[in-house]
Amino acid sequence: MPTDFTPLASLGGGILIGLASVLLMANFGRLMGATGILAGFLMPTSRSEWGWRASLLAGMVSAPVLVWSIIGQSVTVQVPVSTAAMIIGGLIVGVGVTFGGGCTSGHGVCGIARLSPRSVVATVVFMFAAVVTVYVTRHVIGGPA
Amino acid sequence: MRFLMTYESGLIFGFGIILGGMANPAKVLNFFDVAGTWDPSLAFVMGGALGVTALGYRIVLRRPAPRMADIFHLSTLLRIDVPLIAGSAAFGIGWGVAGFCPGGALPVIGTLDPAVLTFTGAMIAGIVIAKAIKSRSQPLGHTA
Repeated sequence: MPTDFTPLASLGGGILIGLASVLLMANFGRLMGATGILAGFLMPTSRSEWGWRASLLAGMVSAPVLVWSIIGQSVTVQVPVSTAAMIIGGLIVGVGVTFGGGCTSGHGVCGIARLSPRSVVATVVFMFAAVVTVYVTRHVIGGPA
Repeated sequence: MRFLMTYESGLIFGFGIILGGMANPAKVLNFFDVAGTWDPSLAFVMGGALGVTALGYRIVLRRPAPRMADIFHLSTLLRIDVPLIAGSAAFGIGWGVAGFCPGGALPVIGTLDPAVLTFTGAMIAGIVIAKAIKSRSQPLGHTA
């Protein structure tokens, strides 16, 4: 399934992600890492730790609803893989980000932005692993294209 | 007031993820498919996010404290260890299988798309399982 190259929209999206990260750090001194925020929401260590995460996640979740109410068009989610891939992929992602201590937003954006060597290594490793995985599933085993 | 501000940060993040294309597995998988239907768009998401964050952090972290909290919560971990590398490799494999990362999936839960809900449920199960294993093997643990 080919997709359109959208450099301007993607750059705009990236700038918004960066803006959200800077705002969260400036106001609350927290990293905008989806993994850490979700894990702390699911298994909070204290009530105050839970509140800001809950409201942040509420903001994220309401984004597509607002998009829909403003432009009257639902958000595009095209899924070219099976339900089994969602379950297996989801499980591996969950385990991986917990041991790796972060994901694309935490390591890839916030960590690299502050030049954390751990985050640079983590990002290179997960990007490379994803490229190899897609190569194997699409061109070696031959999955859905 | 505090929670309204974190809500706003979450909302801006969600808009960014959606506009950037990170919440669309077809686009994410095509970014990784360098030998096939390659779509380099996501490099622009990473570039834009990194540029703004790196610049913003430089300014913000010069201050003594955040505006509405006591300290900046920054990881002080430096060790490049096996959990970091193995965990990140596993994350990359899962991302390549499903096309969703945590930050990509969470904002589109609101669409109630079955694939998003399936992925998110499985991911939460994975996080809970891994936390249980971690807390058993390493009582002190560390925050992500």
